[in-house]
Amino acid sequence: MATKILERKPLTLAERTYLPQIAAGLWVTFRKMFGRRVTLEYPEQKPPIPRGYRGVPTLVKDPNGREKCVSCQLCEFVCPPKAIRITPGEIPADSATAHVEKAPKDFELNMLRCIYCGLCEEACPERAIVLQNVYSLNAATREEVVLHKDKLYELGGTLPDKIMKWDKKKAAADKAAGGHH
Amino acid sequence: MAENADKLISVFIDGIEVKVLPGTNMIEAARKAGVQIPHYCYHRHLSVAGNCRMCLVEMGTPAFDRVTKAPVMGPDGKQVIQWMPKPVIACATNATPGLHIRTTTKLVKDCREGVEEFLLVNHPLDCPICDQAGECHLQEYAHQYGRGYSRYVEEKNVKPKRKMIGPRVILDNERCILCGRCVRFCKEIAKDEVLGFTERGSHSSIDCFPGKTLSNNYSVNVVDICPVGALTSVDFRFKMRTWFLKETPSISTESSVGVNTTIWSREGTIYRITPRRNEAVNDSWMSDTARDLYKAVAAENRTSAYAIEGRPVKSDEALKALAALLKASKGVALIASAFSSVEEQWLLKKLAQAIPAAKKLVYVAPHYAEGDGLLISADRTPNLRGALVTGLIKGLAQTDMSSLKAAVDAGEVDTVLSVNESVTSAGLGIEDLKKIKYVSLGTHFYQTSQYAAIEIPLLTVFEREGSFVNQQWRLQKFAKAVPGPAGVLADADFFAALLAAMGSPATRGGGLAAVWAALSAEVAPLKDQSYAKIPAEGVVIDGSAFANEKFREGKTLHYAPANA
Ligand code: SF4
Ligand code: SF4
Ligand code: SF4
Ligand code: FES
Repeated sequence: MATKILERKPLTLAERTYLPQIAAGLWVTFRKMFGRRVTLEYPEQKPPIPRGYRGVPTLVKDPNGREKCVSCQLCEFVCPPKAIRITPGEIPADSATAHVEKAPKDFELNMLRCIYCGLCEEACPERAIVLQNVYSLNAATREEVVLHKDKLYELGGTLPDKIMKWDKKKAAADKAAGGHH
Repeated sequence: MAENADKLISVFIDGIEVKVLPGTNMIEAARKAGVQIPHYCYHRHLSVAGNCRMCLVEMGTPAFDRVTKAPVMGPDGKQVIQWMPKPVIACATNATPGLHIRTTTKLVKDCREGVEEFLLVNHPLDCPICDQAGECHLQEYAHQYGRGYSRYVEEKNVKPKRKMIGPRVILDNERCILCGRCVRFCKEIAKDEVLGFTERGSHSSIDCFPGKTLSNNYSVNVVDICPVGALTSVDFRFKMRTWFLKETPSISTESSVGVNTTIWSREGTIYRITPRRNEAVNDSWMSDTARDLYKAVAAENRTSAYAIEGRPVKSDEALKALAALLKASKGVALIASAFSSVEEQWLLKKLAQAIPAAKKLVYVAPHYAEGDGLLISADRTPNLRGALVTGLIKGLAQTDMSSLKAAVDAGEVDTVLSVNESVTSAGLGIEDLKKIKYVSLGTHFYQTSQYAAIEIPLLTVFEREGSFVNQQWRLQKFAKAVPGPAGVLADADFFAALLAAMGSPATRGGGLAAVWAALSAEVAPLKDQSYAKIPAEGVVIDGSAFANEKFREGKTLHYAPANA
């Protein structure tokens, strides 16, 4: 590769004293001291989170408190860095949500791996995993940032669900059981 | 099918000529031409029912003059094809000379889209919780021929879900597309009529006949052939989505039938075993009991460590101790196994030859039980014939172990090696074991393992590779699906290392290739064979040298005993 050697211009006298530069720098500092503040007193103050922000993926419940995830493992499949590991399980037949049949026994989300891409949320057919506004995860050990089901639901909370497809399904089944088919 | 070459006729699939036997099903003929005809109810090992209508195609036959019976020629000099005005089902159309079918026309496409839309009308669309997802024909064809949205505004039918119809099978009636494959399987293959249709019209459902359950030993096959997720397996239920699973071809060790199987595993854990199609052995079927065999891998009594007098040691230390023991013994009895592969049995034969002891007894422990006439034979080992072919035993007389006890009592035998066999079946009691040096090689602990001077862990069929010779003298190979316990050598590697330590390097280099190089040179029926060369469907070897042996197998699928 051809190399081009640039000539360095010799410094002028003013530059060699550094004084004009120091004065200019102090002027900027001085000006900002009385201007509008652009920083936050984090962590006492928290920034507003814009809509569509991609924070930590969390698991959510529906307004009736039913865990929405059915452990279909699509998020596990789509996750590029393989941060998700699900142990599927069966909902017992005597449970109030027995008609949903399937729910995760464990849901492991390794936040050391997660790249906050949001593909899990996009892949989820149940809208059960949502990247919300949690952006700060701190821990003293690696294990603590491998989030499990209980922690993920704690972070996730309730999602206002307008569709409630499983409730509709149950209503249809109850209706059919009552009437003649 | 060389003997039928002169009977072949030409049929034309989308203009592609293929030669097939007269009467060949058009779905199969199209497959030969590389054309896929979507189908649900057709299964190549069941009778044709023709009730799903997914396989509709256009059909035409060459025209002949009604009076003169002379071919009618078109202006292009070719025989005119008379196309039927309505589509026909390919599964119930058999090849006749010059038959034409079209699978890419607008009519055919409309048919498929229409059938698919009707099938989805009452479908619950619960793929996220359905075990069939990923291997579901309804999903596949919905992707190819589906509309992508529903025009159905009426209420969907509600049917029973999560219904146990047998100890190993769960039925979800909403997902059923009424193809009847399961009904035909029970009737035609399992010969246990349990399932049938009830109700009419769109309320039509699959159910067990009153007072019956689907509990025969072939029940899980209906799960495999159900094209949708209506029938799912209790054992595999909600364990893992199928797209995570790796498929490894294997052979069932349940009996000498040698059922071809596929092992489905993810990251070293086996989740299920399904049959692998082999038209000469097991068609598309396997028994329920054989599907459970993978549980042996993680069984509680699984061995995973080498030990000398109960003290855990490294493999090379155990190897040295064993070689020293064998060199020093006055008399050695080897209880070999018909669960070992051909390669391992040959290595054991070499080992027996290399032992310097004056008295040497070699047995292969028998395991007989009643056969079921379908895919479980009376010989419950996968490779008894391998022991004969490799020369490990000269004849079936060596499966009689009654002489062992006398030899031990007389003090002629002071070392007993058993490979994957409990010595109690050989008539030895705990008192006898205390008198001798007992070496237990096995995948699992036996009651007697605690009396072993040396314990050698072995690998299950899922953790190693090798080959078996089934009752048809068919040499079939199995591959390694999952890794064995850390630090445990594969059986063949351990035997080869032991041979070397005994001063008889029968194989040079490592692995099965080296074993086969020596094995095929020495064993006439296996001449020119090697592990790599054995085809997926196996290869029949010459077993005529053992024609006079009294094998116990009775008739099973694709097998009838020669002397019957
Ligand atoms: S946000 Fe992306 S990386 Fe993180 S868990 Fe979801 S799919 Fe995986
Ligand atoms: S979070 Fe959604 S995509 Fe992931 S397993 Fe649960 S239901 Fe499936
Ligand atoms: S249960 Fe499955 S195999 Fe049986 S009729 Fe229904 S779709 Fe076909
Ligand atoms: S496959 Fe032909 S009608 Fe079902």
